[in-house]
Amino acid sequence: MSEFEAMAAAYAQAGGDPGVLASPTVASLVVSGNRVLGAHPVPGIEFAAEEQPHGVKATIKVLPRTRLATPVHLCFGLLPERGIQEIIAAYEIGEDANVTFLAHCTFPNAVEVRHVMDATMRIGRGAVLRYAETHFHGSSGGIEVLPTARVTVDAGGQFLTTFTLVKGRAGSVVLDYTVDVAEGGVAELTSRILGSGQDRIKVVETIRLNGAAARGLAKARLALSDDAQGEVVGTTEGNAPEARGHIDCVEIVRDRAVANAIPIVRVSHPQAQVTHEAAIGTVNRKEMETLMARGLDEEAAVDTIVRGMLAA
Amino acid sequence: MSQNGVPLLEVERLGLCRGGRDVLRGVSLGVHHGQIHGLLGLNGSGKSSLAYALMGCAGYAPEAGAIQFDGRDLNGLTITERARLGLTLAWQEPARIEGLTVEQYLAAGMRERREDRMQAALEAVGLHPARYIRRTLNSSLSGGERKRIELAAVYAMQPRLAILDEPDSGIDVLSLTDITGLIKRMAAEGTSVLVITHRDELTEACDVASLMCEGAITVTGEPSIVRAHYRTRCRPCDILLARQGPDRTLAAPGPFGPGGGLEARGREGRP
Repeated sequence: MSEFEAMAAAYAQAGGDPGVLASPTVASLVVSGNRVLGAHPVPGIEFAAEEQPHGVKATIKVLPRTRLATPVHLCFGLLPERGIQEIIAAYEIGEDANVTFLAHCTFPNAVEVRHVMDATMRIGRGAVLRYAETHFHGSSGGIEVLPTARVTVDAGGQFLTTFTLVKGRAGSVVLDYTVDVAEGGVAELTSRILGSGQDRIKVVETIRLNGAAARGLAKARLALSDDAQGEVVGTTEGNAPEARGHIDCVEIVRDRAVANAIPIVRVSHPQAQVTHEAAIGTVNRKEMETLMARGLDEEAAVDTIVRGMLAA
Repeated sequence: MSQNGVPLLEVERLGLCRGGRDVLRGVSLGVHHGQIHGLLGLNGSGKSSLAYALMGCAGYAPEAGAIQFDGRDLNGLTITERARLGLTLAWQEPARIEGLTVEQYLAAGMRERREDRMQAALEAVGLHPARYIRRTLNSSLSGGERKRIELAAVYAMQPRLAILDEPDSGIDVLSLTDITGLIKRMAAEGTSVLVITHRDELTEACDVASLMCEGAITVTGEPSIVRAHYRTRCRPCDILLARQGPDRTLAAPGPFGPGGGLEARGREGRP
């Protein structure tokens, strides 16, 4: 099996459709370790990727007014049990473009792996970027995941992102996103992470609503069991008139797991408004009893509730 | 209505104390096969507590009495075990299980996942399947919609006995016809129904009704008569009015009207 085929197989494990990675009509970028195995741009999309000692430095451009009917597929991963992968990526989404990126990060055999994602993103005026990142890790928990993004949303632009890590052991995760939003712009950040064993998870999401009528939502969903620990630090700033922000954090803890939620709400303009809600606790008894009254046993009921919460 | 005259659900002298208060006091009740049994009572009379005790919910294990379901003692059985015997409950205030789709919720209780059954269940509660099946049970659904979905889930499950806790609360008056139709349809398909309500209109769909007051069944009989009693004696509550003395001892229920299948029960809910 070639390395590309192995990555495609791992991509499928992560929930991706491996067929699209070889399709000439679908934009895709495949990086295994520090090797670029495939780069298929389509009209309106430009990739430039440069191999580095421990990863890849990439520039991804979406030309102004580009509207793609199908998502751009990104496949990053490392197949060996040990190693480092650092992806340094710069995204430029041109004015009035409207695109969806599906990024799958797969580390199926990780025993001692470090994955760093250092992204800068610029969403142009009136552009929309939907960026969904899904991780698939092996069962050992020997992985360190450090995704960092610095995002600028220009006037009227939209940045809608989800980070999902619910397959395999999370390992050690520090997710750190900061988004600056200009007038009329929108930022919606959603993270969903399932932690077990000795996993350590930290989610830091900062949204600065700097322009008038900018809107922001920082939403985190963590489900922790065994001895896992999680912390969500959500900061939203309302710095302009009619800016509206909300922080929404739900964490379910079981066994000996520990969860923290630290919502930080900062408003520097009298016409801005930022709200927050956080709920941390065990599985809701009534929800469990409801499903048990339909015939599910306790374990299946808990699993259904946790999966539902992580899908929300 | 019954098989060999033995009720599907037979509750005998059930007693439950919560927070130092007797919330169920010697409740006896029978629901026969295919029967729609209405349980009427004012708020706080113990109707929902009885439902939770029957279902086996945490904190509602009775201190006294017995619950038999199809001849089997439910004592000590978990909620799941009771559900697998064919007993289920539609909550008065349905749980909001975030992220779960309506489809997943309906399918959760079905022995065999059937699209046509799910569609029929949603239609039966007046919801358009195509518009609702993929929606999630989150705050975008109104209280009335969640209530209908709860009832649809129970209908889709095809239980042997469905306890419907105030299916008519939080739903607009026009929908009452849907709810009544659903209850009749369930019974026609072989599901016995114990319907809890404080709106006496719903007893029109019932074969038999009981009146609950202060944790006890005071009357069981023809729905029209129980309903008349509820209207004339419970609004305002004549037992409360008749309380006498500092010990707040309840006055014994008085005459219950002109007979017609009416059965008076004492304070322990026994004939």
